[in-house]
Amino acid sequence: MAFPHRPDAPELPDFSMLKRLARDQLIYLLEQLPGKKDLFIEADLMSPLDRIANVSILKQHEVDKLYKVENKPALSSSEQLCFLVRPRIKNMRYIASLVNADKLAGRTRKYKVIFSPQKFYACEMVLEEEGIYGDVSCDEWAFSLLPLDVDLLSMELPEFFRDYFLEGDQRWINTVAQALHLLSTLYGPFPNCYGIGRCAKMAYELWRNLEEEEDGETKGRRPEIGHIFLLDRDVDFVTALCSQVVYEGLVDDTFRIKCGSVDFGPEVTSCDKSLKVLLNAEDKVFNEIRNEHFSNVFGFLSQKARNLQAQYDRRRGMDIKQMKNFVSQELKGLKQEHRLLSLHIGACESIMKKKTKQDFQELIKTEHALLEGFNIRESTSYIEEHIDRQVSPIESLRLMCLLSITENGLIPKDYRSLKTQYLQSYGPEHLLTFSNLRRAGLLTEQAPGDTLTAVESKVSKLVTDKAAGKITDAFSSLAKRSNFRAISKKLNLIPRVDGEYDLKVPRDMAYVFSGAYVPLSCRIIEQVLERRSWQGLDEVVRLLNCSDFAFTVRCWRRSP
Amino acid sequence: MDCYTANWNPLGDSAFYRKYELYSMDWDLKEELRDCLVAAAPYGGPIALLRNPWRKEKAASVRPVLDIYSASGMPLASLLWKSGPVVSLGWSAEEELLCVQEDGAVLVYGLHGDFRRHFSMGNEVLQNRVLDARIFHTEFGSGVAILTGAHRFTLSANVGDLKLRRMPEVPGLQSAPSCWTALCQDRVAHILLAVGPDLYLLDHAACSAVTPPGLAPGVSSFLQMAVSFTYRHLALFTDTGYIWMGTASLKEKLCEFNCNIRAPPKQMVWCSRPRSKERAVVVAWERRLMVVGDAPESIQFVLDEDSYLVPELDGVRIFSHSTHEFLHEVPAASEEIFKIASMAPGALLLEAQKEYEKESQKADEYLREIQELGQLTQAVQQCIEAAGHEHQPDMQKSLLRAASFGKCFLDRFPPDSFVHMCQDLRVLNAVRDYHIGIPLTYSQYKQLTIQVLLDRLVLRRLYPLAIQICEYLRLPEVQGVSRILAHWACYKVQQKDVSDEDVARAINQKLGDTPGVSYSDIAARAYGCGRTELAIKLLEYEPRSGEQVPLLLKMKRSKLALSKAIESGDTDLVFTVLLHLKNELNRGDFFMTLRNQPMALSLYRQFCKHQELETLKDLYNQDDNHQELGSFHIRASYAAEERIEGRVAALQTAADAFYKAKNEFAAKATEDQMRLLRLQRRLEDELGGQFLDLSLHDTVTTLILGGHNKRAEQLARDFRIPDKRLWWLKLTALADLEDWEELEKFSKSKKSPIGYLPFVEICMKQHNKYEAKKYASRVGPEQKVKALLLVGDVAQAADVAIEHRNEAELSLVLSHCTGATDGATADKIQRARAQAQKK
Repeated sequence: MAFPHRPDAPELPDFSMLKRLARDQLIYLLEQLPGKKDLFIEADLMSPLDRIANVSILKQHEVDKLYKVENKPALSSSEQLCFLVRPRIKNMRYIASLVNADKLAGRTRKYKVIFSPQKFYACEMVLEEEGIYGDVSCDEWAFSLLPLDVDLLSMELPEFFRDYFLEGDQRWINTVAQALHLLSTLYGPFPNCYGIGRCAKMAYELWRNLEEEEDGETKGRRPEIGHIFLLDRDVDFVTALCSQVVYEGLVDDTFRIKCGSVDFGPEVTSCDKSLKVLLNAEDKVFNEIRNEHFSNVFGFLSQKARNLQAQYDRRRGMDIKQMKNFVSQELKGLKQEHRLLSLHIGACESIMKKKTKQDFQELIKTEHALLEGFNIRESTSYIEEHIDRQVSPIESLRLMCLLSITENGLIPKDYRSLKTQYLQSYGPEHLLTFSNLRRAGLLTEQAPGDTLTAVESKVSKLVTDKAAGKITDAFSSLAKRSNFRAISKKLNLIPRVDGEYDLKVPRDMAYVFSGAYVPLSCRIIEQVLERRSWQGLDEVVRLLNCSDFAFTVRCWRRSP
Repeated sequence: MDCYTANWNPLGDSAFYRKYELYSMDWDLKEELRDCLVAAAPYGGPIALLRNPWRKEKAASVRPVLDIYSASGMPLASLLWKSGPVVSLGWSAEEELLCVQEDGAVLVYGLHGDFRRHFSMGNEVLQNRVLDARIFHTEFGSGVAILTGAHRFTLSANVGDLKLRRMPEVPGLQSAPSCWTALCQDRVAHILLAVGPDLYLLDHAACSAVTPPGLAPGVSSFLQMAVSFTYRHLALFTDTGYIWMGTASLKEKLCEFNCNIRAPPKQMVWCSRPRSKERAVVVAWERRLMVVGDAPESIQFVLDEDSYLVPELDGVRIFSHSTHEFLHEVPAASEEIFKIASMAPGALLLEAQKEYEKESQKADEYLREIQELGQLTQAVQQCIEAAGHEHQPDMQKSLLRAASFGKCFLDRFPPDSFVHMCQDLRVLNAVRDYHIGIPLTYSQYKQLTIQVLLDRLVLRRLYPLAIQICEYLRLPEVQGVSRILAHWACYKVQQKDVSDEDVARAINQKLGDTPGVSYSDIAARAYGCGRTELAIKLLEYEPRSGEQVPLLLKMKRSKLALSKAIESGDTDLVFTVLLHLKNELNRGDFFMTLRNQPMALSLYRQFCKHQELETLKDLYNQDDNHQELGSFHIRASYAAEERIEGRVAALQTAADAFYKAKNEFAAKATEDQMRLLRLQRRLEDELGGQFLDLSLHDTVTTLILGGHNKRAEQLARDFRIPDKRLWWLKLTALADLEDWEELEKFSKSKKSPIGYLPFVEICMKQHNKYEAKKYASRVGPEQKVKALLLVGDVAQAADVAIEHRNEAELSLVLSHCTGATDGATADKIQRARAQAQKK
């Protein structure tokens, strides 16, 4: 969020530049294949692409038909095929099958593969192994940062988590470094840089190499971005595992916000077709309620509705001239607001309906109990019931992971019984899910104390060694304890409240979880920014298992 | 001062030519120049001499020596010629010596006599031998033109990118042409040759006869021809002693001259200066040198010694046994200033400055004179320009001093030209030094550019001077100092007598972290010289680990390359090395290497997961990673196998692996899955419908929904489904069926392990209030209120809540009270609350 309430807040950097840059580059790449062509887009890239270049722009540059990359033979009859894909081996095989099928049929077409955000050697390898390397031309669309809102950029790289935290694959870190490099080139050098986590540190180092290689023209520029904070996801799993209770979060929970836009179904739009709505600061109504606790939203919306009515009502006493003025100037805005208001009210209703059906209160209560460490047994049986009733496979897992992380792993008996129950409810294939969750450190078994510390010390010894410092082996996550309880105490994550927590006038960040929990990552950032370094947070850093991976760099550039 | 113009020789009315000494040569020439093949590179380049023993009838038994000297006569290299007979020598634009052998092979040597490479001019040349050859310069580089024994021409316009062109035949050519030359016009190389009284122009396609316009009659043969430095002009010397000068296109005559000497000249070259209107050629005979131009008279010099002419951009260099001289047209600025009795502003300014130094008042008079004419700016410019064309530092200084003096009286004279001239002259004087021996003129220097000059210094291994020049001119490091240091380092690694450690250390000391120096390039050079160890040492200094990898791979240090690649954080690089390793090592070693590099291992695993599943299995096997093996087989049971037997078999393998991994839970779960699969298969066979791959829970539900209650019970027992789950399951399924009777029976079968609230909830969900009420009464006390509220019995809920004296429950009920109907209830609660508070 920008500081909407602070008049002295500096203006936001113009992030739309990133969009223009990406669009121009894409157009350039499309123009490299002159003439009519069909474009195959990977499903993952569709939403981001939509934010950059809509269909009419694509058509302008002679894209004829659009196809989704899926495991089906292509029906395209165009002479030129262009593939816009992520650098995945799976995609390469798909393209190879297409090209080879053409070859068998004695057909020659032009093929172009555009990798976003970059191509990997492994992909070219596969193309070569499949014998089509010479038939396709490869390009990169270095589209690494998508501005979702005036103050929010996203790399839209969902596979990062799996690749890095589960498979130990570091390929995307370079992409992060390049994105940082792009930011610093466009918006000036970053005066302050903080980070925590192994991946954060690697990304930072790679980025710095990039900057040094290019030996900046950015040197003399006025920095538009004051602080950069690099934070590994595994530093704070807890926050991501808690149910969201602010409006935007609930919209996401219920309808899935993709690339900053959401599909509202007929139940929301109150007509028979669904509607794609962009959720950002431009939506005035949304902007006012997005960060409000859900319990306040209804009141706010009805107040808003009344105001709107009053505005409409003003026209009663108007003379012709005023009326003309009103129609030409205000009516459009009012109508727009009216439309948005009814959309969001519709969305609220849907959310309410869904949440009351699922015993939302019970769920929240359990989560809060887990966060605070009360009534663990009761919570465990709630989770068990949740599984038994097949409420939702993903929600059940979420609760189990939350239990595991807050409790430093499940006690062996629960670990087995919950897993058994889960497999019975949702299918035996989830055995693999559990194995993955364990590797990622999300759902683990409490190990007897002694052996753990032995492994831990061994690993940390390894880690101090420089070469080994780059290791992200699966074993380290086994030895990693979340230490949530201790961190929570140290950072005061569970606010002590006397009486009711006033959600309308929140005192701290905890309001986003109904006053029960201050998001860990946000607290860390707050603390570091207050101190302007990690000083005094040593204990927390140690508890986060990041002793060697916390860093502060201030003006690391020689001043010009 | 008067004697300053003593060496000026007028040619016609408007031009003066002067000849001055560049160096006195103290080279120790054992041979006469006339006995040698001579080649001197333009732009003050080196001189190569090869005593020509093949010219004589009897082949000498001694092998000839190839000597290379700098322009000042300093020996650069001397080597015994061991190859075949040489026909012609020439320098390329990169200052490489091209030696054209009789058999058409061209040997390329460096400035220091180091053999670089050789190439052949083709089979035709090989068969017919080389009669004559010329090296010429084009905008693409340096070319070679060859006249073969069959009187045919073959040429290549660029020896760097060798493309041989065989020129068309000249009709009726029986003997060698009397003279010929290579011409470059419109970026195409031609040959101009003279046979008797006829001239022919050869291009790629055709041979055409040409006639120079305005050629005097009576010519029966052309003895010599000369093309100017820029290929713009051509001069022809006929057997009548007549010289025709015109454009090289043969379209226009410039002038002619009759020298009345019929003896063929030894050399004839153009002597002109860019942007000057004067044209002149220099003709040399054995003892006579003549400058002729558009004037009735010529300038004549006597040659005391055997001399050799080298055409330059702006004049002619003449070297002999003892001296090296430069002959050129006096530049306009110098002429203006130094011409006797000149009243040009520059001349006055020079005079003024001299008087000023003498502290004479005349200085003021001269200055006033210039200023009155408003020509001071011009005067200063003239002095600066003239300084550039002077060879003697003293004269340069006095001219510059005059310019500087004049500048003082000018308000706004931009200082750049003065400053740059000072700098340029300093550089020029430095390279003109006897020890360096590059006698560049100012015009040549400007044409050559500082970058090329630096390259030439580097080529002569004059690294310190090159660096000093860079520093003096403040050239950016990357173009200047770093580049030269890198060259130096590349030279250094070739010094075989110095140990690897010393070389590496010396290089690092000099280079340090100079930006723009690539240690990997230097290391590559070291490896090229066969010094692998040195290359590895040098690579250690390379800060970017990514840069080290390709060379390490080339040197077959793949494991080191792998760790460097990992350090760089570039996964593409790691992958490159991995594929290298995979081909290089046997499988076992490859896996072992991977094992020690977890990052590479996980990368490779990712690749295998999609491309080489079997390898992935082998990898896990190798590591005894039974857990992952188990997962692998489970995945296979879904992806690879279609038949149920195959799937079960895969699961069995997985279960075995899990046992080995001591993961009993997973093993048991897998065994359960096998049982379930088999059972589902049986169910499908017996009952029809879809059972495969349902979860246990869903299987039982499907059975109940299909009315197979017995089977469901059996399944629940077999798989030890806990009571709670079974109750939830049955409850949901029966409610879905709306089998209320069965549900009631079920609810009474024993005490519900999940309580009775779920019964109420599920009935309400199906909108069956009637059934719901039945169960509401059986709900335990803690949830009673909730249940009653669910069925809409607010009044009773209130009673219960009051009875419980539970504040939370009271407010819950209250929130359900709607004003109209439940007014009484609400009052009741308020009263109860009030009472509770009193107590």
